[in-house]
Amino acid sequence: MNNQATQLKKQRFEGSQESSYNEYQGQEQVLSGSEILIKTLLDLDVDTIFGYPGGAVLPIYDTLYQNEELRHILIRHEQGGTHAADGYARATGKPGVVLVTSGPGGTNTVTGIATAAIDSIPLVVFTGQVPTNMIGNDAFQEADIVGITRPITKQNYLVKDVNDLEYTIREAFHIATTGKPGPVLIDLPKNMVMSKGIYTGKRKVSVPSYRPVTKGHHSQITKAADLLSNAKRPLIYAGGGVLRAEAWEELTAFAERTNIPVTTTLMGLGCFPESKPQSLGMLGMHGTYYANMAMTECDVLLAVGARFDDRVTGRLDGFSPNSRKIHIDIDPSCISKNVPVEVPIVGDVKNVLPNIDKHTQKPDIDEWWTSLNKWKKEHPLQSPKAEDHIKPQHMIEAISEVTKGEAIVVTDVGQHQMWAAQLYKYNHPRSFITSGGLGTMGYGFPAAMGAAVAKPDRPVVCITGDGGFQMTLFELATCVENKIPVKIAIMNNGYLGMVRQWQELFFGKRYSHTNLKNGNPDFVKLAESYGAVGLRASRPDEMMEVLQKAMAIDDRPVVMDFIVDEEENCYPMVPTGAALNEMVEGDQ
Amino acid sequence: MNNSNSQKLTGKSVNVDSPRKSRHTISVLVDHNLNALSRILGMFNGRGFDIDSISFGKGQQPGLARITITTRGDNSVVEQITKQLHNVIDVVKVKDLTFEPFVARELALIKVTAPASRRSEIMQIVNVFRAKIIDISPDKLTIEVTGNSDKITAALGMLRQFGLVEVARTGSVALTREFTGDT
Repeated sequence: MNNQATQLKKQRFEGSQESSYNEYQGQEQVLSGSEILIKTLLDLDVDTIFGYPGGAVLPIYDTLYQNEELRHILIRHEQGGTHAADGYARATGKPGVVLVTSGPGGTNTVTGIATAAIDSIPLVVFTGQVPTNMIGNDAFQEADIVGITRPITKQNYLVKDVNDLEYTIREAFHIATTGKPGPVLIDLPKNMVMSKGIYTGKRKVSVPSYRPVTKGHHSQITKAADLLSNAKRPLIYAGGGVLRAEAWEELTAFAERTNIPVTTTLMGLGCFPESKPQSLGMLGMHGTYYANMAMTECDVLLAVGARFDDRVTGRLDGFSPNSRKIHIDIDPSCISKNVPVEVPIVGDVKNVLPNIDKHTQKPDIDEWWTSLNKWKKEHPLQSPKAEDHIKPQHMIEAISEVTKGEAIVVTDVGQHQMWAAQLYKYNHPRSFITSGGLGTMGYGFPAAMGAAVAKPDRPVVCITGDGGFQMTLFELATCVENKIPVKIAIMNNGYLGMVRQWQELFFGKRYSHTNLKNGNPDFVKLAESYGAVGLRASRPDEMMEVLQKAMAIDDRPVVMDFIVDEEENCYPMVPTGAALNEMVEGDQ
Repeated sequence: MNNSNSQKLTGKSVNVDSPRKSRHTISVLVDHNLNALSRILGMFNGRGFDIDSISFGKGQQPGLARITITTRGDNSVVEQITKQLHNVIDVVKVKDLTFEPFVARELALIKVTAPASRRSEIMQIVNVFRAKIIDISPDKLTIEVTGNSDKITAALGMLRQFGLVEVARTGSVALTREFTGDT
């Protein structure tokens, strides 16, 4: 059955090549599978891969040893590798590439793949596999990684014929990077990378069953433009899709011309400059008061590359109850999944948004702005400060000040993530990198490492917690070895802060297993033992010096241990089961 | 399929008798490979959708398979099902047949206890259902019934009194009707 499918694919592939077949014929070469792999990756403009060797991928590593064009970064754990490739992808828009061995090598990538899948990040993961004649025999380091990763990959493959290898890789990159991007995995049995096959150099990929719609339907676009032109209280709700589609300029142009306010999701931060007057900041569970109120009160909602996640909507029946909704998304299954939408537009934001812009008259919304400005003035984000100890919010502001808002901020998951989202001012796309959908603790530091590898010319600050950092801190070794100058700012409150906050508010302050103080290491000494720089700030007046020292270091990672207020809570907060306008605003 | 069985195949505990849940027959044209079939099944299971029956076999085009799935859900659930099916890379075409005229057939092989004294009674029932007897032994008969799902359930109901030994059902296969008589 599978052979037949392969045959058919080949036929389609060759069929689509007929016209240009001859011009490529001269480039055909007989190479080993591992040579085909490296050659194809280079042909696809891959410059860096994150990997970890092992038995099943030894032939590939031998080829890498003899190759100087492809940069291989030896990570210390495969989870770190997938997160690093994910950070690389988010910082550049190019697919992140990972190479690991069979069995445990593959299973260790699962968390990273799932993180990328739910946030629509293009990754291509190569796993080694036992030789084809041993598959299914419970061989040493054998795991059915294609089966394990099926629900968390956009597509995955087991290569059964070395002559399919090149095309499979090209198809994988095509699928990972087009439409709604996502992770793709290729499982490489050891005998496939060792045996000889044909490298064609043919670049064209044709997958007849996969043709993402990119152009929006014209009549839907004019309907949307009509709604927006006549709106009294319009709102743009922009998500990560704007970043994936590289449509930040189109969005900014549209919002500035029409003066329609913009709120972004956690994943969308940076797609609209927060310095613009139209910006309402982030909405949702820990969003700004004014963004959540605008969402509740608006009469026309334009959702752009956002998917009405439960952390954004709050209780569904209270979500934007009076608005007529327009939704632009590349993935039809995201439309009307959680919230019914009146005008669905399936297409690429970069393509659709300028079309809507063209047909929309600037609406008359002065009254709306009066309300918005009133909310902004009366309910600003709180950033408390203390004399004798560091408030976590103050720490974020200090980082924002020292980096002048120009850094790539990468976070882990929890309180620090929400404060970093709220209080750092994001004015550039691809400058805020975070695990939004899966909420993967341990994501931040390795993703920051990947972003720093991708963007050596920009400062990369990883804002993390004492809990999350300890999940993947071993990548310090990778950063030291490769002189990757990531600035790691630990918001050290000695707790799993966000869980503790929920325990305080909803479980009668019963701090069940959230106290980390009794086991936490001395992060400064820990950093030094790796050959990194360790710094500590316990008082507000020490923060600037620590940060300035850290920013000046460019040849190794820096760990900054900020000892912060242990029981500070993150507000505003929409409790689970509450509507967006039922925010808890805290004590201030 | 009876209730207890369908519960086992159901991810979410949903009220089967809910008036908004209707039956849908979805025809899927897909690349003929096991990874694609697993992806489809995994998607149903992982997202909590129902499958009442599923059949998988070669279609007319080489290299492609046709999968027929019968499922239940309100309109938004079935809309999600078809959209999520489209998201499977190897899926070429998805059609919810429910909204147009279609023909569907299921086949069942039913082995019943049939002592000589009751054979003629069974054969009468077989005739009514236009079924066939395809195997016979001194005390058992094997019957082949073809038709839509309701007809097979009815035939099974009539034959139950004789003692069902074994039953094998294929699940529906379906195609759209070409000519509805409207000119």
